[in-house]
Amino acid sequence: MCRLAAITSKDYISPMEPILALETMKEGHDGSGLGLTLKNLGGEFEKLKKYPVLSGICSKKGKKTLDDFMKKQGFKLKYEWTPKIKPIKGIHARDHYFARAYDYPASHKNKSIVEKEELLMKTRLAIRKIGEPDESIFAFSFYPDVITIKEVGDPLETAEFFGLDRDGLKAKIVLAQGRQNTNYAIYLYACHPFFIQGYCSMTNGENTAFVPIREFLMGRGFPGYTGYNSDSEVFTHILHYTTRQLGFPITYYKDVITPLKASEMEGRQDREALGLMKQSLRPLCIDGPNMVIGFTPDGTCFMVQDAKKLRPGVVGGVKGKYALMSEECGVDSAIPKRESAKDIFPMKYDMVIISPDAQEVKVWNQLQG
Amino acid sequence: MEPASGLRLDHNHHLSLREFPYIIRWRDDRCKRCGKCTAVCPVKAIEATVKVQRLVKSEGPVPTPAAVRNITHIVEQVTDMERYCTGCGTCTLVCPNEAIEPEFNPQNKFLHYKNKGGDGYKRGGRRNDPALSTLDRLKFTRISMLTDPALDAGRHEFRVRSLLGRILPPEDLPLKLVNGKLTVDKAGIFIPPVREIFPIMIGSMSIGALSPPMWEGLAMGVAYLNEVEGLPVVMCSGEGGMSPRLLRSKYLKYFIIQIASGYFGWDEIVHALPHMVEDPAAIEIKYGQGAKPGDGGLLMAQKVLKLIAKIRGVPQFVDLASPPTHQTKYSIEEAVAKMIQSMSMAFGFRVPVYPKISGTKTARAVLNNLARNPYAAALCIDGEDGGTGAAYNVSMDKMGHPIASNLRECYLDLVRQGKQNELPLIAAGGIGKKGNLAANAAALIMLGASGVAIGKYIMQAAADCFGDEYNRCNLCNTGKCPRGITTQDPKLYRRLDSDRVAERVVEVFKAADVELRKLFAPMGRSTELPIGMSDGLSIDDPAMAERLGINYAC
Repeated sequence: MCRLAAITSKDYISPMEPILALETMKEGHDGSGLGLTLKNLGGEFEKLKKYPVLSGICSKKGKKTLDDFMKKQGFKLKYEWTPKIKPIKGIHARDHYFARAYDYPASHKNKSIVEKEELLMKTRLAIRKIGEPDESIFAFSFYPDVITIKEVGDPLETAEFFGLDRDGLKAKIVLAQGRQNTNYAIYLYACHPFFIQGYCSMTNGENTAFVPIREFLMGRGFPGYTGYNSDSEVFTHILHYTTRQLGFPITYYKDVITPLKASEMEGRQDREALGLMKQSLRPLCIDGPNMVIGFTPDGTCFMVQDAKKLRPGVVGGVKGKYALMSEECGVDSAIPKRESAKDIFPMKYDMVIISPDAQEVKVWNQLQG
Repeated sequence: MEPASGLRLDHNHHLSLREFPYIIRWRDDRCKRCGKCTAVCPVKAIEATVKVQRLVKSEGPVPTPAAVRNITHIVEQVTDMERYCTGCGTCTLVCPNEAIEPEFNPQNKFLHYKNKGGDGYKRGGRRNDPALSTLDRLKFTRISMLTDPALDAGRHEFRVRSLLGRILPPEDLPLKLVNGKLTVDKAGIFIPPVREIFPIMIGSMSIGALSPPMWEGLAMGVAYLNEVEGLPVVMCSGEGGMSPRLLRSKYLKYFIIQIASGYFGWDEIVHALPHMVEDPAAIEIKYGQGAKPGDGGLLMAQKVLKLIAKIRGVPQFVDLASPPTHQTKYSIEEAVAKMIQSMSMAFGFRVPVYPKISGTKTARAVLNNLARNPYAAALCIDGEDGGTGAAYNVSMDKMGHPIASNLRECYLDLVRQGKQNELPLIAAGGIGKKGNLAANAAALIMLGASGVAIGKYIMQAAADCFGDEYNRCNLCNTGKCPRGITTQDPKLYRRLDSDRVAERVVEVFKAADVELRKLFAPMGRSTELPIGMSDGLSIDDPAMAERLGINYAC
């Protein structure tokens, strides 16, 4: 079972903070990978917020292919961050890890955000398609103010390998996953967190309903619903689908993945809509056991799980900094100076929502609506 | 040529018992000559007769053999093909001394002879193929244990429910946000009716094909399951209408009313419309039947008694033939759409209307047409292992398409269009053929069915129908059903107790509900039916695995 550590803060934090929290949950992951997504970037990216950042890995050959491709598409490289690699035994170093800020092609500079998002996603998918067969390029995210880093290995060692402890890379929201591989092959594209057009999530637990959910998403006619090297990628896409594509408020994500029974809906003001949603979105019921941590484009973070999750996640912290973790010891590591009695263990009807800049924590109850 | 008189064998043109599918084993030493077996035999395949025996007896201290002529009464099987033993075994049931039983004869040449008068062999029942069906070869091989804890079928909360009716795609839902909450904006939008049902339903068997106590027993069982057990099982009327009182009762909501090419019973239904206090569960338009694809229906004159004639709106004692095709049908694009729309309109667009077809290579063409029709509520596909009350043997045995791959390709076609949740597929034909009702149903659900319909299984399980894949009994067409299930003869159907049938229906569905949970729990599913969860299935044949798009396991 994967271990998850996320921190949302009003101040910039180092990605080492959630990684050290992961270290305290070490017995729960097998070091088959580390995934990191950083949002609201600080450090050298603070001044580059309006430029989309392409995160990925490439070989020497892949670098040339990538450069040529991006040039052809009209993207201009503004800035490139590369980690200061420290060789670590057991981690196979690839040629080139990068987070590159690009300027939009002239044709898109004055386009709406929706059109820009479409361009960025299609570009990322095209790069993935070019680089995937020979594994010469991996592209994890391409979006303003977001960086994704992934590698196979023990989380703390991988962080050292990337030199994150010595780097100035900072962000206000960091999602970190220590991977415990279950059913699917150890592969970089199978590593959480998953990101699409500003929406990001990571999950623990196995998704038994993966195949019908995947088939339903792929039938939506949206090119970004692809990949699925991990059964957890669907959680990110369901989030994107319900909030961005269908325009539902974030709380309805809970109603989609863990729908209420008809008798429970009676207490909800919006029961009529819920009834129709439950039918039309029936294949997206996750039927767990899963816990999901994620963020939306505005910087709202959340934690949600289904009734079958035996080991609930925990949210704790102080105003201005909250940790969302799969284990209590992770919260202790990340925010030791807090009132731990006020930690929140969301139950089956709960969704914990933390407003941008970690200002407010709300526990939304599905029965009340 | 001059006949070689005297050289002909005696009885040369008679059949020997070895040609017959069942041979009666009668035990002289046990028989007390009560005559019950010969009286009860539905086909008069056995008769009491008298034989003369020559016995050599010797009494006294020295051998003094003497021939004695002894007259004995015996039970004898006749060698008339019109009165062949069907193997039903009613004789065994009534025999007080276990002196008689039919035995299957695998070397029989029955089909070589069963065409007297130039007409092919007609019967009721199912395809005579005792081989293991694809459904019975499918196994559930994705078991949750450590990566994901298995659920407890007895403890966790389960919801084994499905939906029947056209479901709007999420993008088309008439929702709008008011103060951060979603509300339904109904203006100008048709929201199709959808029913929540138990995923196993009782398929179409008509009053007429079934005897009054059988149909009544099924109906009572279904009503009890809904009203008392909270299990929303629905049942299809079959072609031939329903009792006028039932049409006007609150129980109508548990019934799917069928309309088929003969439109039998619809005069009564149309007249009952203004008086209906509940809508029916759905309307099924029958275009085909898995057991006899492309064939019409037939209710024989001897089954058309007063009640049947009244319900169907026809005179008594006439053959009731439903043509192979609807009179109004000239193209699927218009006629089927019109039929669906007319039926929807008749019930105020409050009732799901869906067609039923026989399994066929062309099912996808029908499906794609329905997928484009926003009023089509589902598609029911009836596979080759389905049953019938009457058909030509050749249709039953050789015509039709197996349900598994037919259903699967239809489901995958919907997946390609992203419409797999919009148009529910109902699979029928051979579910529970070997008794594995829940397993067969679960396998079809995981291949993509939203629900399944059963017929023969419930006749066997609830009313002890004798029929099997060795052509046992299968007399449904003759009106001489020895169990009283498919007959209109009061002397026969009074054998059947409708209360007992109802009780068994309830037991069968309650057990199936438990068994479905036992299957879904180890696969980690409890909240929603695992429709299309094909990664949970595997089969021991690579070609079948490839065809169905599932795992091969051996």
